[in-house]
Amino acid sequence: MDDLSRYQRRRHALYGWMLLSPALILLSLFAFIPSITTLCASLMSRGTARRPSVFAGLENYADLFADPVFATVVVNNLLYAAVTVPVSVGLALVMALWANARIPARGLVRCAYFTPVMLPMVAAANLWLFFYTPGLGVIDSITGLFGIAPVNWLGQPQTALWAVMAVTVWKESGFFMIFYLAALQTIPPDLKEAAGIEGAGRLTYARRVLLPLLMPTTLFIFVNALINSVKLIDHLFILTKGGPDNASKLVLYWIWEMAFAYFDSPHAAALTILVLLLLGGVAVIQFRVLEKRIHYR
Amino acid sequence: MSAHRFSWDGALDTAGAWTLALLWVSPLLFAVWAAFHPPGTALDFASGAPWTLDNFRTAWAAAPWLVYMRNSLLLVGFILIGQLTLCTLAGYAFARFSFPGRDILFILVLLQLFILPEVLIVENYAMTARLGLFDSIAGMGLPYVASAFGIFLLRQSFKSVPPELEEAARVEGCSWMGVLWRVYVPAARPVYLAYALISVSTHWNNFLWPLIVTNSDKTRPLTVGLSLFGAPESGADIAVIGAATMMTGAPVLLAFLIFQRHFIQAFLRAGIR
Repeated sequence: MDDLSRYQRRRHALYGWMLLSPALILLSLFAFIPSITTLCASLMSRGTARRPSVFAGLENYADLFADPVFATVVVNNLLYAAVTVPVSVGLALVMALWANARIPARGLVRCAYFTPVMLPMVAAANLWLFFYTPGLGVIDSITGLFGIAPVNWLGQPQTALWAVMAVTVWKESGFFMIFYLAALQTIPPDLKEAAGIEGAGRLTYARRVLLPLLMPTTLFIFVNALINSVKLIDHLFILTKGGPDNASKLVLYWIWEMAFAYFDSPHAAALTILVLLLLGGVAVIQFRVLEKRIHYR
Repeated sequence: MSAHRFSWDGALDTAGAWTLALLWVSPLLFAVWAAFHPPGTALDFASGAPWTLDNFRTAWAAAPWLVYMRNSLLLVGFILIGQLTLCTLAGYAFARFSFPGRDILFILVLLQLFILPEVLIVENYAMTARLGLFDSIAGMGLPYVASAFGIFLLRQSFKSVPPELEEAARVEGCSWMGVLWRVYVPAARPVYLAYALISVSTHWNNFLWPLIVTNSDKTRPLTVGLSLFGAPESGADIAVIGAATMMTGAPVLLAFLIFQRHFIQAFLRAGIR
């Protein structure tokens, strides 16, 4: 190798690192270093003014597993994901098909589906208080007409989580619709005509042509919805604060509560590590999906 | 498929689409109704209650909304400018430079798609305090600036630029940065637009992190201000909360209604699907 090309390669590497460095510094400060310090904190006991924190091994994790609230919160979040993810993805597909069909006032319909996306989750939760307020809310006003007794949707353990889920689905479906809408525009219309000539009905066309073609989009949306079911908890602050009796508490809300309301950061750190492990699992799935998407194109 | 003949499928589609649309905007419609009626009668739809602007006056006077709005604008602007700059440089490095360790670094960056700033709130809070950025716009924005999604998106679109364009620019005497600015950035314009729209709407709506790192009205964004205002402790009436929600949501909703077509087009052209 002659000197000139070696010089070129070195300069190339230098430029590459220089271009990357601002992003790498910030990623280290707010992702990598905090992940490591979280891991360390999760292995330490809770320090007080008189007793400094000491290495505690997996004690914090053991405490978590022994805490009945842990089981409640995990089950809540699993149920929350199992309901909101498929429902909002399914609704998004239906919305996209309608928003893409030739119907009167299509622009208005599209806007209606999309408006919740533009509202902050906090504002959305405020709006839904109108529905849920016991005795006064819209739902009770309507059921009251039929002589049904008012229900405290957010105040009783059986309904609180479901009431929260409804807000999530309402807020998210429109966002996912956009991705489907974009994907639908890339499907050539001749496919539908060809299917029609072959005598395929609407359902056959949807099942045999549309859904397979939309599969990469569906997976992409699915993973995003899954991540949101962990990270989007803003409405809990307005609607239920995780109550009553932990009935609507989700994992991230519990982390927030432990760290910033009870100042118990070792346990919050242990829980954070568990969530990161879970997200790592999702990451592996997602990378497989990304690979597929690239092949698909 | 003839557009003129009546079809049952078409009629069902229309009915379904409209019903769902009505259902979807109904929470907004109820909020509008409540916001314009006296507090006691807010949810009493049958009566011919008088229309009023009192709720808006009460809500407006109760909190520094303009300051919150300014903070939200500053926050969104700070994050967007930071993201566009850093992600462009990093995406360019990953797309067009080869150097040892590049692929491992790229995997590290992709990992950040899943090490969410939201999940790391406890240690990010400690880090922000250590950097002396507690209760500042920079403290609210910095964790989001090195966006893995942005880096990934820009790398993909820079990679799809034909190398001949770059060669031509080099022959013309462009430097590395010149090539980036004259060739790659213009080629990725739709991606920038779509990314900017996603970024702005995400961070305008963001709540949890700003809630944690702010503790004064001079830095709180709109979402945090709204949540404090709506908290039961504040004793605000539901009609007044409705008015406040309307006031704060209206600018973005209006902007969306005006730019709706561009918004969807941007997604289409960026190939985010």
